[in-house]
Amino acid sequence: MSKLTLPFPSSGRRMSAAEDRPTRDIRWSALMARAQDGDAPAYDTLLRECLPLLRAICRQRLREPAEVEDAVQDTLLTLHRVRHTYDPARPFRPWIAAIAERRALDRGRGVARSLSRTTDLQAADHIGVEGDAESRLMSSDLRAAVGQLPASQRTALQLTKIEALSLAEASARSGMSMGALKVATHRAVQSLRRKFGIESSKAEP
Amino acid sequence: MRTEDLVSQLTRGLTPVRRLPSPLAMLGLWSLFCATVIAAALLVSGLREDFAAWLMNGLDLYHLMSAALVALTAGYAAFQLALPDRDQRWALLPVPAVIGWLVTLGWGCLADFARLGWEAFHLSMSMPCLGFIIGLGVPMTVAIILLTRHAALLRSTPVAALGGLSAAAFASLGLTLVHELNAALMVLVWHGLAVLVVTCLGALAGPMLMRRAAAG
Repeated sequence: MSKLTLPFPSSGRRMSAAEDRPTRDIRWSALMARAQDGDAPAYDTLLRECLPLLRAICRQRLREPAEVEDAVQDTLLTLHRVRHTYDPARPFRPWIAAIAERRALDRGRGVARSLSRTTDLQAADHIGVEGDAESRLMSSDLRAAVGQLPASQRTALQLTKIEALSLAEASARSGMSMGALKVATHRAVQSLRRKFGIESSKAEP
Repeated sequence: MRTEDLVSQLTRGLTPVRRLPSPLAMLGLWSLFCATVIAAALLVSGLREDFAAWLMNGLDLYHLMSAALVALTAGYAAFQLALPDRDQRWALLPVPAVIGWLVTLGWGCLADFARLGWEAFHLSMSMPCLGFIIGLGVPMTVAIILLTRHAALLRSTPVAALGGLSAAAFASLGLTLVHELNAALMVLVWHGLAVLVVTCLGALAGPMLMRRAAAG
């Protein structure tokens, strides 16, 4: 049996699990109306209670937890700026949900754009690496470390990173398949990173 | 920044806000503003000389009414859509009125053809029409964009386009009262073109203007 709750709490109150949605919606509307009148504790309670809903909406459109959190924050900032547009005679949930969906959509588009940029960067990864790799190879430690790699990894590293050949060219030169070249290069780089104590996360662009 | 910290930051020093009037009240305000602008234009240019006789012609009355309907429905749709929780189908509200406006003028073209023959399809340049509607419609669009600036972060382009359509339809209405252009085809082409230009300008430049107004 559901427990009766006070309709308008002052602050800091978490939504009770027993509270049904219509009651909660009425309470949220009242809290938002009070927030419009400048009642900071009511606003604080409302925003904190809304966070799970906002996260759920953003999670439907975004996969990365960090992106979801950014979209939730964007939603809060938008909500704050347009808080005068809320009509307390109408339910609060569709109003905030519409803002959250909009911000998650925008964030999703931004992610898609930055992903395409990352892909571009990855595609252009070999550009300029040659000189960098060569200068590093001047170091005898590194040269020695490369010399200790298995032959297939050494060949893959030499062709794809130092000579900066495309995978197809490197495959033709070495007789290794493109997949094997990718794996060997990756393993070689990982092995060198481990040897020189470079954290993967720091080394990643 | 943690989201919970952002909440604390937003609630700290919260100031009261004045609630936005309802879309209907906003439409009333907007219509009042447009009526004042049209009245000012009438004061400057004077009512067209053949107005009484022209109004007796039922078709022209329909034309006037359909233009007013476009202006009102587009304005109402803009005020509705500017609010976050409103259905985006509000954007379709002015469609029947626009169709009605086109049908009225199309019917007018046929009536002209029956009366004048091929002469009815003689099209000449009418710069005053273009100038009046664009010259009046653009500043009026700026006004409705200011009234709907809260849509800057939500649906700025459709709101600005609808605002432009409403402003241009009001300007077209005003022009019909001051300027004689009795051939329906001329009205259809020049009013139609001018309304289209103002609507497109609203859609293109409106969102940026809205963002600036909202930030200020």
